[in-house]
Amino acid sequence: MDQKELRALEYRCIQEEPPLCTAACPLHIDARGFIGKIATEAWDEAWRILTRNMPVPNILARICDHPCEPVCKRREAGDSIAVSELEKACVSRTNRKVKAPSVPKRKDHIAVVGTGLSSLVAAWDLLFGGHQVTILEAHDRPGDAFLIFPEHLLARSVIEEEIAVIQAMGGELQTNVLMTKKRWLEKLAEDFDAVYVGLDDGTIPDIIPLSQGMVGVEPITLATGIKGVFAGGLGKMRKPFSAIHDAADGRKGATSIDRFVQNVSLTAARENEGPCETRLYTNIENIVAEPVVPKADVEGRYTDEEAIKEARRCIQCECMECVKNCLYLERFRGYPKRYIREIYNNEAILMGSHGQTNRLINSCSLCGLCGVVCPNDISMVDICLEGRRKLVERGKMPPSAHDFALEDMSFNNSERFALTRHEPSMEKSQFFFFPGCQLSGSSPEQVERVYEYLRQRLSGGVGLMLRCCSAPAFWAGREELFRDGIEELREEWKNASRPRMIFACPTCYKVYKEHLPEVEIISLWELLDEIGLSSSPYPSKHITITIHDPCTSRSEQGMQESVRRLLRHLGYTVEEVFLSGLKTECCGYGGLMSAANQPLAREVAKKRADEATSDWVTYCAMCRDTLSKGDKHAAHILDLIFEGSENRSAVGRKVPGYSDRHENRARLKERMLAKVFGEEGKLVEQFEQILLSISSEVRERMEERRILVEDVQRVIYHAERTGERIYNKKTGHWVASFRPRTVTFWVEYTGTPQAYTLYNSYCHRMEIMGESSK
Amino acid sequence: MTVRDQQKEKNEWTCTRCGIDLELAKVQITYVGCGFTIDALRCPQCHLVLVTEDMAVGKLAEAERVLEDK
Repeated sequence: MDQKELRALEYRCIQEEPPLCTAACPLHIDARGFIGKIATEAWDEAWRILTRNMPVPNILARICDHPCEPVCKRREAGDSIAVSELEKACVSRTNRKVKAPSVPKRKDHIAVVGTGLSSLVAAWDLLFGGHQVTILEAHDRPGDAFLIFPEHLLARSVIEEEIAVIQAMGGELQTNVLMTKKRWLEKLAEDFDAVYVGLDDGTIPDIIPLSQGMVGVEPITLATGIKGVFAGGLGKMRKPFSAIHDAADGRKGATSIDRFVQNVSLTAARENEGPCETRLYTNIENIVAEPVVPKADVEGRYTDEEAIKEARRCIQCECMECVKNCLYLERFRGYPKRYIREIYNNEAILMGSHGQTNRLINSCSLCGLCGVVCPNDISMVDICLEGRRKLVERGKMPPSAHDFALEDMSFNNSERFALTRHEPSMEKSQFFFFPGCQLSGSSPEQVERVYEYLRQRLSGGVGLMLRCCSAPAFWAGREELFRDGIEELREEWKNASRPRMIFACPTCYKVYKEHLPEVEIISLWELLDEIGLSSSPYPSKHITITIHDPCTSRSEQGMQESVRRLLRHLGYTVEEVFLSGLKTECCGYGGLMSAANQPLAREVAKKRADEATSDWVTYCAMCRDTLSKGDKHAAHILDLIFEGSENRSAVGRKVPGYSDRHENRARLKERMLAKVFGEEGKLVEQFEQILLSISSEVRERMEERRILVEDVQRVIYHAERTGERIYNKKTGHWVASFRPRTVTFWVEYTGTPQAYTLYNSYCHRMEIMGESSK
Repeated sequence: MTVRDQQKEKNEWTCTRCGIDLELAKVQITYVGCGFTIDALRCPQCHLVLVTEDMAVGKLAEAERVLEDK
């Protein structure tokens, strides 16, 4: 992905777009942030946010004509938020003055003509920028332009205090300045480095006739016909009158002057000044309509309680559609735009020195829900997959992330499990059943039953193909390994005379659909729906069961509908959760999330499991096992089809561990070879003859550490053969180790070849120089 | 387990093949292209090294994480 594509991708994530209120405000005041603080009663924080961007806040907050309110998203569910009233409440109650900023003073000296709102804002901003400012007032006291506002709204004392703040910042005020002299303004422009003229003072246009050279004002910069003189603020001449627009003119003039004295472009990158458009999307589906909080004192301000209540009505506009629905996105405390930057930050990837970034890349389940709920279709799938491929390419992929899953895949495509056979006594099979490695590992007996049923019901022959579809290599970003896997699948399919493939696993189905388009495929569920389970539907069982669509079935509406029809045919009442069908979420296994980030995967599984009030049913063996680990029960649909629903024990079937899965697959192959295909196929490695007694406690620890029984057998086999073992005099146990590939396994044991007892097992990836390996 | 603990325990461990007690030694270990030295019990004769459970799940696991994040 090049920089241009990257920017285009980032641009599509709209979370950082301003809320409607801020976009409509000519000064882009952070109303959302300010109101959020009031809602939590953090008044000082609210004042800080308000005054970060609002000049002369004690005046402006009281007289602002709030263009934010008519556009407020809240009006779609009740009334707009009373932003203006909240601002008044905040400035009146805190009664604070802004402190002079500590910025280095500059040498230039700016004249600000008038003491209307735009002049005060210009002076304020210039002082904040470190410029030296002299304010010139034609009358004997400043601020008379504000007398158009009633005293109860804007007291004279407030105006005087705010002007005193400007003086305290270093602004020099000169009153009774004679401005009517000929060429006065030109002279002023010569005496000062730049001049701002506030036309909103009311009296100034009379004092300085336009004939003095000010022919019109350039709208973007507020430059006049005299070099270095800028003018703005229409005051009463603006129809309708708008204090906030006058204030924005003052800011615009100050920005121009700042650029003018630094001799940089007056016009570059100013398109975002003033009110702007925003692309921010905020979902208000679940927002309950509420009216504006009324003021007890109609002429006065909100009491604290009223203000807090009103502030709490603010929906704090933001998108976060993806984050709201994904624990992974939530846990990394950001949103796609930020993640894209982090992942594609060239340095991070080149140096590969960012554990957090690597975890971000590797923890995504690649389920694609984010892309479905995003208003702009941004999906983390492509972002994370590309990130993983880059890590692999540069040799920076942490070995601990996916090695275990890839070892599993290699087992599944080895002689131990892989098998391709036509229907017994047939030369050719029209169909091939591909149960997938996880169903074979989780409930091999269902594979046998389905295969038998399919052979009974389908004519033309049904072959059997046991192996892995290579999805783990795809998820791990191992492109070469995945390509090789796909080629093997293609060869197997060609050698089997190009049969129609039947898939029990939605992931295998997806891999074939996307990467082997020449293969004719059908899901087992659509096929069973088509050929039927029995001649007439089962009577109602009066059992409600909640359906979990596996994430890899997301866009397979036909498959999803077939599963629901099958369940109803079996007599179940099917319940849906909010996130199902196209919007289904991952169980925590997908994309190798559970391999790379087990704690997160457990949380995801628990959150999903808790979404149902009844037992779950699903049609992916991995989803079934993952959802069953908590206190919820989950059934694989095959459990319900072949066990019959009267036998509810199917739902509570034990979840096999990693070792059991290997064992189940190897035994399935042996049984199929012996029972169905009439071949002797028992392939037992010598180390597998090691007989072990393992307590359930040790078994659990092994599961947690991802140590397989066969790993332990290998260590003991090696130790017994070579004598490489260490004796503990205190316990009488032996300790031995072996490193078959990339992990060193340690075993603490006793016993004789008739039976060994295992006391403990642990492992590490670090390699000890000179240790034993295969 | 601290080095002192290991020393205290050292007489508990015997190399079965050589029939002698393990002794504390500097042992070279490597991971993702980085190598360093740790203190571990080792057979002085055949150099068979003992990694205890505490070391594996503690110091070594931590070092693996750090090196993977590098």
